[in-house]
Amino acid sequence: MLRGERRHRFIFAFLLAAATAVLAACGGNGEGGSRELTWFIQSQPGGALEEIAASCAEQSDGRYTIGFELLPTDASQAREQLVRRLGAEDDTIDLIGMDIIWTGEFANAGWILPVPEQIRPAVTENVFESVLETASFEGEMVNVPIWSNTQLLWYRKDRVSEPPQTWDEMISVAEELGEEGTIQLQANRYEGLMVWANYMIESAGTSILSAPEEIELEQGPTERALSVMGEMSRSPAAATDFSTSDEESAATGFESGDSSFMINYPFVYASAEENAPDVFENLAAAELPRVDPQIESAPPIGGINLAVSAFSQSSDLAFEAIECLVSRENQLKVLDLEKLPPVRSDLYDEPELEEAYPGFVDQIRESIENAAPRPSGSAAYQDISLAVQRAIHPTADIDPADPTPAYERLFERLEQAIERRGLL
Amino acid sequence: MSERTRSERRLGWMLCAPAVFAMLLVTAYPVIYAIVLSVQALDLRFPDEGGFVGIENYVTVLTSPLWWETVGNTVFITVVSVSIELVLGMIIALIMHQAIFGRGLVRTAVLIPYGIVTVVAAFAWFYAFDPESGFVNTLPFVADDMAWFGERFSSFAVIIAAEVWKTTPFMALLLLAGLTTIDEGLYEAAKMDGANAVQRFFRITLPLMKPAILVALLFRTLDAFRVFDSIFVMTAGSQGTESVSILGYNQLISRLNLGLGSAVSVLIFMLVLLIAVAFVKGFGTSVPGKEEDE
Repeated sequence: MLRGERRHRFIFAFLLAAATAVLAACGGNGEGGSRELTWFIQSQPGGALEEIAASCAEQSDGRYTIGFELLPTDASQAREQLVRRLGAEDDTIDLIGMDIIWTGEFANAGWILPVPEQIRPAVTENVFESVLETASFEGEMVNVPIWSNTQLLWYRKDRVSEPPQTWDEMISVAEELGEEGTIQLQANRYEGLMVWANYMIESAGTSILSAPEEIELEQGPTERALSVMGEMSRSPAAATDFSTSDEESAATGFESGDSSFMINYPFVYASAEENAPDVFENLAAAELPRVDPQIESAPPIGGINLAVSAFSQSSDLAFEAIECLVSRENQLKVLDLEKLPPVRSDLYDEPELEEAYPGFVDQIRESIENAAPRPSGSAAYQDISLAVQRAIHPTADIDPADPTPAYERLFERLEQAIERRGLL
Repeated sequence: MSERTRSERRLGWMLCAPAVFAMLLVTAYPVIYAIVLSVQALDLRFPDEGGFVGIENYVTVLTSPLWWETVGNTVFITVVSVSIELVLGMIIALIMHQAIFGRGLVRTAVLIPYGIVTVVAAFAWFYAFDPESGFVNTLPFVADDMAWFGERFSSFAVIIAAEVWKTTPFMALLLLAGLTTIDEGLYEAAKMDGANAVQRFFRITLPLMKPAILVALLFRTLDAFRVFDSIFVMTAGSQGTESVSILGYNQLISRLNLGLGSAVSVLIFMLVLLIAVAFVKGFGTSVPGKEEDE
């Protein structure tokens, strides 16, 4: 008897739960009610996302609220979760926080909507050219930039009086410093290596691609870039874990004190302040060194753009929310809580910037201004990145005296990637 | 066949039907779907392209030096790790068998590594060998600045060590099951005849354990061949440590090239099938459920 009673109770509870769910769903979509937009984005530690979402919901007069589905902080893992949902046309996604390198891929797959004409003026006003470049696909704006990022040269001002202007100079100064001269950067076989390679190739005066499906790679400049990469990797100034180094290992390596140079994102500033006060005291930032003394360096660019899913059932509201999320005040909020650089150049005169980046605001502004984005306008960007990584890793295999074989390997792999042929 | 047997057999089938149906749903459907995908040029990023391409994807994979390199790596990891596991597993099984007190405790303790999620175990090993955070480089006889994951064979060594550490208990348990079936009387008789411990092991234990050993080897080989987690966590396939599963992941998840990726998956499936057939036919491994012939 008891068993039967329990079962009845269970069924009743189940029906009640189902009915509640149905009612809740109706309430959510009902006219005049507030619609909850779901924002898929990599979680951020400072809580800025939650704050700006709440303030936009408030400003919407109850037309929408924003809920979160937080993605892993690792960009590849975040992408993995998104593409699986989008590939299955999941309509629970409204807003997407996209790493700037996903643009071509997501747009060509038909997963994201073009940005409506009427909000374009507001969301592009004063935004850096280099940042806007990452937001469009085949000439159409498909993303709205919310924050940017870039790499700087971090150095020890107690050991180095003037920051080096070129790679050759940096390597020779580092080698002279000996034990304390290590240079930290990212050369493991992952996206970070693509970031380095793109910066080196662009700073030598050429590009990986000239159009989404066309290789540029002028031989002279490319070989110059590869030769410097090989020289760096074989130098005694390279860290012992050079071929497996990433942003984190570079930061920890620098904080241990035996490094004098590091190429990395601004997060290292706060990290050093917290973990290594004596290193922090002597930490200074400069623009990235040049490959060719005659050509200004073309730093990497990162950051997040927002997009609206093509499967969203409230795309108009979602774009309205985006317009609010990227406002001046909200960009400053993100800067304040997460220390992530705004995408609007006019904000760089605000006092909040100096507060977040004491003494290196101008370097960040110039770095973003001069940045050369990776070829993410190509729908096959992942193939291109994998091809570059495979072709040049480990970078110590590149002979600085004869970079031609490495150049040929890179060119061949890229051709394969562009034509999407073979395994990668 | 009598009426009774026939109706019993029918009942048997009916009772099995739900399980068979569930098996088909969760295994046959994805396998068939993967085969269907593998004969198409399907790429999620290029929805306008595509269509039937026959065996083109298979030709691409099988003519790629990368595929053969990864097959080589996978076979290397499988052979080395399973051999080490067999020896260690046998030793642990013998010890567990001989344990007089605390049997339950010993057996449970030995099983702990096997109970740890592979990714977690892989991270533990990764951080132990990481030059920045690990303790391994502080040990005597290890260079302080040894970059374990910066070179091919040291990477393989750590990957294999992690695999061995994690799955030796499983091997030991399977072997222990075989060990307990051996009649103690045989050892008594051999002792009476003056056989020493080594002779007893090679003349009695090993031959009688052959079925258990082969089953253990079969299970572990199939398992080891699909190695993914440790490599993904430690090197992500760099330094020439890619396994076939990592290669499949790159085509499917990184490139979203479902056609090519499915072809890789189907080929992995074929290789696994081949291993199973080789064990069952070649070595006469008795599979669970089959009547013992001996």
